[in-house]
This record gives sequence, structure tokens and C-alpha cells, in this order.
Amino acid sequence: MTANKPIYHFQVGDRIEITSVELQDVMRRRLLDLGFVPGTVIEVVQKSPLGDPLAFKVFNTTIALRKEESSLIYGKKVYKEVV
Amino acid sequence: MAHTIALAGNPNTGKSTLFNLLTGLKQHTGNWPGKTVLRAEGELKTEKHVYTVIDLPGTYSLYSNSADEEVARDYIIFEKPDITLVVVDATSLERNLNIALQVLEMTDRAILCVNLIDEARKKGIHIDKEPLSKQLGIPVILISAREKIGIIQLLKTIDQMTEGKIETQPFKIKYNQTVEKKIKQLEPQIKQIIGNALPARWVALRILDGDIKLLDSLKSYLQNPDFVAEKHQPAQGGCCHGA
Amino acid sequence: MAHEANQHMQQLDTLFKKYSAQEDDLRDHIVSSIYQSTQSITKDSVHRSGKKTTWLDENLDNILTSRLYGFPIMLMLLGVVIYLTIVGANYPGIAITKLFAIVEDWITTVFQWANAPHWLYGILVEGFYRGTSWVVSVMLPPMAIFFPMFALLENFGYLPRVAFNLDRIFKKSGAHGKQSLTMAMGFGCNAAAVMSSRIIESPRERMIAILTNNFVPCNGRWPLLILLAGLFMAAGFSGGMSTFVSASVVVGIVLFGIIMTVFVSWALSKTLLRGVPSHYTLELPPYRKPKIWNTIVRATLDKSWFVLKRAVIIAAPASVITWILANIFVGEQSVLQHFVGFLDPFAQMIGLDGFILMAFILGFPANEIVLPILLMGYLATGSMIEVDNLNDLKQIFLDHGWTWLTALNMMLFSLLHYPCGTTMLNIWKETKSAKWTFAAFAIPTTIAIVVTFIIAQVARGFGLV
Repeated sequence: MTANKPIYHFQVGDRIEITSVELQDVMRRRLLDLGFVPGTVIEVVQKSPLGDPLAFKVFNTTIALRKEESSLIYGKKVYKEVV
Repeated sequence: MAHTIALAGNPNTGKSTLFNLLTGLKQHTGNWPGKTVLRAEGELKTEKHVYTVIDLPGTYSLYSNSADEEVARDYIIFEKPDITLVVVDATSLERNLNIALQVLEMTDRAILCVNLIDEARKKGIHIDKEPLSKQLGIPVILISAREKIGIIQLLKTIDQMTEGKIETQPFKIKYNQTVEKKIKQLEPQIKQIIGNALPARWVALRILDGDIKLLDSLKSYLQNPDFVAEKHQPAQGGCCHGA
Repeated sequence: MAHEANQHMQQLDTLFKKYSAQEDDLRDHIVSSIYQSTQSITKDSVHRSGKKTTWLDENLDNILTSRLYGFPIMLMLLGVVIYLTIVGANYPGIAITKLFAIVEDWITTVFQWANAPHWLYGILVEGFYRGTSWVVSVMLPPMAIFFPMFALLENFGYLPRVAFNLDRIFKKSGAHGKQSLTMAMGFGCNAAAVMSSRIIESPRERMIAILTNNFVPCNGRWPLLILLAGLFMAAGFSGGMSTFVSASVVVGIVLFGIIMTVFVSWALSKTLLRGVPSHYTLELPPYRKPKIWNTIVRATLDKSWFVLKRAVIIAAPASVITWILANIFVGEQSVLQHFVGFLDPFAQMIGLDGFILMAFILGFPANEIVLPILLMGYLATGSMIEVDNLNDLKQIFLDHGWTWLTALNMMLFSLLHYPCGTTMLNIWKETKSAKWTFAAFAIPTTIAIVVTFIIAQVARGFGLV
């Protein structure tokens, strides 16, 4: 098993199973609504030319998150298909 | 008075394209989130009826309490459109049904428009409409607003629903025991306070969820049932719909 | 009734206090239950076979948002769009001007036949008709070429990628990433862009977007930039090279506007609108092949209609007023000339002249009319001559002592100065604050004056003009 780390630290192409979302209130809700739900498998698909934000494929939609948020969502690397 | 149809759905599902097609408004719709900032209204005439169509802001959810979500939610729950068309993207139904299920907790007069069906076919995605419709308990129409596929079928279904010829049995999300138990406790109390005008199960869920903004809206509603119409004036002209 | 409502509201409060979840667990459960339901539903009804995504989706973002090509491609696309606009606008522009001249001859004949008084002919033909037709023939061709191209990029899904590429810069300047989307809208119309800033949820960042939107040249200012760049900046070049140079100059001006946006956003977020950038998510929607003809036809018609409407509603009355001011005499000079004389000393300091400043002031209702008013002002009679060739136009400017500095500073002043009347109105509507509406006026105007002043003084100091 690989250790949990912020999804910000994964590489483009990595598939990650989300383990926890450490944000509060409105933003937590917003991210959950977007599909960043523990148990979901997402993929890092793109990195902005300036290094931040990162874009993730979640439930077939590409969502860009800044470091401020993506460093508070934790996950582990997996090798299964993304939904 | 004309019947009302509300369009709800995620951003970028071609909701505005469908709106333009139905109402004949000549606005071009860009491919980026947040195009519809204000709610836009137009008129639709079918063979049998006249409708006012309201394009609600595209949102991923109705529960995150951002300004656009509030507009969409308040409209569906308090203004009670005769029909809510939930427009979803055929290429990512897994995500898009999210909002459909949320709408079904609020109203049983809904139709699911699976849009961009042409694009889905190109990507090798096949959508079985029968089981989908059976599970959701509402009519499901496969359409492509861009290619004008399935629109006649959609208009027919809208007319039939208006005439009360369609029975729906909206899918109810099952929560765990703790939540369901609390809902059971809350429902009768809510009915006592606000009567049968609003779906008690939905209000109960919102209370459990700690949706403080909804509490404000509920209070405004108790004081003045027409508050939504007065608060959110529809957009005038095409200025806010496209560049 | 009111009592009952109050009682109900209290009961609701009690329910909320008693039942609302304080812990995240229950709320998370509600959200994940929805997702679990959708997954179980789609399991039966959605079948995926073969490839899941198209080639475009898979590979295009690797290029358009790549570290290496992301920025060069953005710059190149901007350049190409502007280049094609300049090339394309020349031909229909000339044709339209000729057409208007012929129609004017007919109208003149009718007026002579009817023995119309001179002042009536002056107001209606030399003021109203020429003003309107000028706006149309200068404005319409570039707009009818620029916006369809822009709409194609927009419908294709490129704009969110621009926002994605530039986000870090906006974050550093304390602004919201979606500000690049409202800026994109500003290329069309600042007034509409101010309204569209509603997509930014945080009030602080929304205010920054509103206050700086003006630094993106709109519909009404493009033609001025394109025309002056062509006449003065590319003067030494010929043929294709000259178009290339004017396009580069216009791109440079646009980039300067963007730099100014970032700078002012940063300054505002450090002073008047202090705070940290708020949370942000941005969707990068799948690329969609736009319906090309549909988009082109629609964008062209929309824009043409928009320009014509503006020309008639705003440019026409302004032309009439300008004509009247130029034809009412106080002493030796017309009211307009007195006004120009009053403005001139200050205008010279910032590298312009009294006429130009007067045109910007009278052009407050709409940027489209700045150039026509200027031309009306330059002609002693207060009406515009028929200009059917750009060299005539340049001669008029040269006769009034223009140099490249005048052209450059007029372009910069146009880029940086206060928003037009409609935009100001929308800013007031959106902010509901006299203070911020004033700021939206004062900040750009101050910057416009300072920048043009420095450039004028430096250029003169070094003897460049």
C-alpha cells in the first residue's frame, strides 16, 4: 500500500483514490459536490504552464484546483480505471 | 397563464443551446462555465400549449450555497415550475445525474434530457433509455440540441406531462439508518409548520445538512410566498448571455 | 397572519438548532449517498465500448496548456486573430465608405431640391448622417471579422484554457482566476463584462474584476487602435510587412492592457481591497468542434446589429451635438473651439491636443464615436468630410501636427481611460456604491494621464519627436 499524501503532490497521469478531504464549510461542500468524495478515483491530467493549478479528471469532468485546495485533499495512488 | 418550464443542469451540458433552440432566442453560447449569469426567460409554443421557459444557472449541485445555486434551488422549490427539465451530458452521466437526483428530491414533475447524445455515440458510449427511465421514475429523452435530435419527442413529452398524462415515481435516495430515522422524526414537525406546500422530506434533509441559507429562504417564503419572483428579476436582453 | 408567520419562523429555528448536523460526517454521508445512487443507476444504463475519449480531448490539452507551448500559442492566436482582422477589414471598409458617399450625394440632391435651410442640412447630413456612417464604416468591418473568430475559439472551449494558463498570475495579484473569463468578455463589451463578473463569487475579487475590466479594449476601441496603428506605426513599411507591424503594435497594446490589469489588481488587493484570494475551482470543458458556419453567421449578424444599434442610438445624437457646438459662435470662435482651446495646454502635456481630449470627453457615452468626433472637430466647419481613402485621413491628422507620439498616446489613452457611459452605469448597478463607481472612473483615468504624460515627456526629452 502506498501512503496517503495531498493530491497536489502526484504527477500527471497518476490515478488517485481519494481518502479524505480536509477542507471545511462551503469549499468542502463544493469539492464534494464536484465529486472529490472519499473512495472516488481521480486522475491528474494537466499542470498549468506556471506549475499551478493542477487539473484533475473527476467523474469524466476536468476540474482545475489551486494548490491551496489540492494540498488539503488526500489520496493514495491506485492502478485502476477512472470512472 | 402560460405553463412554466425550468431548465436545470450542470454547466457545459448544452443547456443554453437547448434553451435557445426552444425559445428561438438568437444568443450564441460559448463553451465555458458560468455563461448564464442571470436567469434568462423565453417563450415556447408547442402545438397545444404555450410555455415560459426559464434557463437557470448551470450548477454542479443545488446544495453548495453559491449565488447561482441559490437562484436555481429557490426557483425550483418556491416558484414550483410546472415542469423541470434536467439537462445532462450524455458523455458524463455519472456526474450529471447528481443534480438530477437532487431535483427529484424537490419535485416529481421532471423530465431528464440526456443531451449531446451524438457526441456520446462518437465516444462509444451507449445509453439505455428504458432502464434509466424506470430507475429514475421519470421520462428520459435522448437529445442533441446542436443537431436538433429528439426535440419533437421532447416537446411531445412536455405536452403530455402538462396534460397530466404521465405518472412519475421519482427515485428517492436511500440514506443510512441514522439519517432516515431523523428524517422520520422531522417530517411531521415540518408539515405542521409549513404545510404541504413544500416537500417535507427535502426540507428535513436540508435541515439535517445544516443549510442555513435555506433557512433564510424558508423564512422569506413564510412571510411572502412570492419572494423569489420579486428577488430575482430575469435578465433583460442578451447582454449577459454571450460575448 | 403575521403573528402566525413569526411563530412558524421561530419553530423552524428551533428545528434547525436541534437537528442540524454540526459534524462533517453526516453531511458527507448525504453527498456520497447521492453519488453512490448515481453510480448504481448508471451501471445498468450506460455502456461504454471502445475508446472513452476522442483524440482531441486526450492530446490537445497537452499542447495548449503545456509548459513549453501554452504561452506562445496564446500569444500567437491573439496575433493571428488581430492580423486577419486588419487584413480583412480593409476591403469591406473601403467599399462601405464609397457606398455611404454615394447615398450622401442622393440625400444632398434631395435637400437641394427641397430648398432645405442650411442649418437643417448641416445637422441632418453633416452631423447625423456622416457621424453615423463613419461609425458604421470604421467599426463594422473589423468587428464583423474579429468576433466570429473569437466566437469560434470560445465555442471550441479555448477560453477556460487561457484562464487555466494564466491562473497563477491572477492568484499572485490577489485576483480570481475567472477574471480572465470576464476579461475575455471585455474584448466584446466592457459593459457586458462588468455584468458577467457575477461568475466570481467572492465580493472582493469581483470588485477587482469590475474595476480593472476597462483595461481590455472593447468593441468600440478596437477600430481606433487598428486604424492608428496602421496609419502611424507601420508607416515605414509596405505591403504584408506593414500589416504585420500594425498587428504587432495592436498586440503590444493589448498586452500592455493585460499587464496593467494584473498590476492594478495587485495594487488594489494590497490596498483598498486587501485580502487573500478565495477558493476556486475551474472546469475545463471538453473541446467541441463548433458549428463553424453557424457560429460565423450568428456572430457576424449579432455584432453587426450591435454596432448599428450603437451607431444610431448613441453615435447619431453625439454627432448632432458636436455639429451644433461647432456651429454656434461666441465671438470669433465656435463653442467647440473655445472648449478645445481650454483643453489644449493640458492635452499637450500628455502628448495629445485639445481636439483629441475633447473627443474623448464628448465620446463618454460610447468609445465608438471618439474618432468621428475628433474628425468633425478637426474640420473647421464642424462636419466631417467624406474620406474615402486612408491617406486623406492621415493627411488630416498630419495637418494638425500629429506625430507617432500623438498616435501612440491616443491609443494608450483610449486603452487606459475611464469606462464608457454604459459601463459606468452597469458598474453602479452592480456595486450599488458611489464610491466604487467613482473609483472605476478615477483609477483608469489617473493611470491614462500618468502613462501618457511620462511617455510624452520622455519622448520629447530625448528629442525623439
